[in-house]
Amino acid sequence: MDIRLDAISHSYGDTEVLRDISLDIPNGKIVCFVGPSGCGKSTLLRLIGGLERATKGRVLQLGTPPEGCLNPLTYVFQDFALLPWRSVHGNISLVLEDHGIKGAQADTIIADVLARTKLSDFSKALPRQLSGGMKQRVAIARALAVKPAVMLMDEPLSALDSQTRELLMDDLVALWTRQSFTAAYVTHNLAEAVRLGHRIVVLSRRPGEVREIVEIDMPLADRSHGNTKLEQTQKHLWDMMRDEARAADEELLDV
Amino acid sequence: MSDATAPTQPIEVRFRGGGFAPKARRWVGLFVFVFLIGITEIGTRQGWISSLTLPKPSDVLATFGELWESGLLFKHLIPSLSRLAVGAAIGASIGIAVGIMIGLFSYVRAGMVPLVAAIFPIPKIALLPLFVIWFGIDEASKYALIAFGTFTPTVVATYGAVDNVDRSLIRMGQSFGLSWLSIVRKIVLPGAMPGILSGLRISLAIAIILLVAAEMLGAEYGIGAYILEAGSLYDLERLFAGVVILSLLGVILSTVIGFIERRLLGWRA
Ligand SMILES: Nc1ncnc2c1ncn2[C@@H]1O[C@H](COP(=O)(O)OP(=O)(O)OP(=O)(O)O)[C@@H](O)[C@H]1O
Ligand SMILES: [Mg+2]
Repeated sequence: MDIRLDAISHSYGDTEVLRDISLDIPNGKIVCFVGPSGCGKSTLLRLIGGLERATKGRVLQLGTPPEGCLNPLTYVFQDFALLPWRSVHGNISLVLEDHGIKGAQADTIIADVLARTKLSDFSKALPRQLSGGMKQRVAIARALAVKPAVMLMDEPLSALDSQTRELLMDDLVALWTRQSFTAAYVTHNLAEAVRLGHRIVVLSRRPGEVREIVEIDMPLADRSHGNTKLEQTQKHLWDMMRDEARAADEELLDV
Repeated sequence: MSDATAPTQPIEVRFRGGGFAPKARRWVGLFVFVFLIGITEIGTRQGWISSLTLPKPSDVLATFGELWESGLLFKHLIPSLSRLAVGAAIGASIGIAVGIMIGLFSYVRAGMVPLVAAIFPIPKIALLPLFVIWFGIDEASKYALIAFGTFTPTVVATYGAVDNVDRSLIRMGQSFGLSWLSIVRKIVLPGAMPGILSGLRISLAIAIILLVAAEMLGAEYGIGAYILEAGSLYDLERLFAGVVILSLLGVILSTVIGFIERRLLGWRA
């Protein structure tokens, strides 16, 4: 299933946040969104997932979600959003219960996603007993449990330290390589973008417009540290972002 | 720092963390009670507390023993307990339901919040004659008074607690396509539970106060009637025996809520 953004514009009151955004999120690819702070990346993701309505334009689903998909558009939140009163197992079963999946059937799914995120030993733990990286893996496991057609990830690794982030990036690459998923991935971190993105959308400062779309056709599994081609792309992205950030600063000075 | 030449002694860093995390210290509460009662006992025995000021705790205990032996204790206690249970259960459950509605629906909020604010400061005891007219002199008016008095603090605590539920968790529920009812049952209610329970502590104490008030105004049996009778005869021992029963009731209810909190809110620790 593909997602198409058709001339999306969005304003909060008088503040225009997004302007005329059109792009595709193709099936089986990870599309990264980068852009200066406050340019509307989180807003865009909320629009894609239907948590908010765009002022103008439409978000379209092309094709049908894969078989067995319970929740086509599924978020992984920056702050994990785990219920503190439910165990790891309970947090995942939460999203299955409403689809009538209970008992042994739910246990099979939960065991599978916990194994895929290397959490099998922590099924009974409460969120407060887990480290940040583990909490985010639980959130990823929960998202996988509903077999999403598209994962909407808003800075999923930002709350984590850099080593944990590296490890989780490896985990995401491994997950994707085993079974490719579609994702819209918002990040501040350009290294993350070039590591995970098949396509990187650079947004301008507010109001966010598409400034450039960079395609990286190198397979995810081959993208190692210190790869010169990736570093060039990252530098190119960084130059664009720096210009935007500087321009945003100067706008403030003009006021 | 000021004198570079003097060799400075290493100073151990002063510990300034800790605290702000109350732990279970079971015996301290008991000790406070024993201490206060002990002082009173000694004072009344030695005479520096006159017997007009306070009765001897041992005499109060003896009165209590008589109450027990004559079977009068349960004759007074059982009607009181059932009034408390029925009244508080009605008031708290309606209060929680209305509080949740206020927390969830804008129109209910707009309509009910001013109403609750208007009802809250009314001394409910003043309304007892009204309740007697509406519900008769029997049990029903006592239930109504207690229920009404428990209702308002429960509502206020509940909607405050619902307001404080982490919105990002609710968004999460919506993003996974949970039904409205599931979100309320599995996210809003458990999230509001800490606030609801601490509200119940206050509501139940108020229920005990109103129980006594209702019984003072018209009941043959009940702790309130017993205290009123003792008071009109200036029988301090019996008065205090009644008061001790009320205090015990308060302690028991508070312990029960503490137990429920440990069961339901273990995830907070
Ligand atoms: N609910 C809202 N009401 C009003 N304004 C909002 C709302 N949500 C976001 N905004 C504004 O919209 C703009 C874009 O916000 P958004 O959170 O989408 O930015 P972002 O690109 O995700 O930023 P960051 O990189 O810091 O996460 C900001 O200026 C913000 O103040
Ligand atoms: Mg954001």
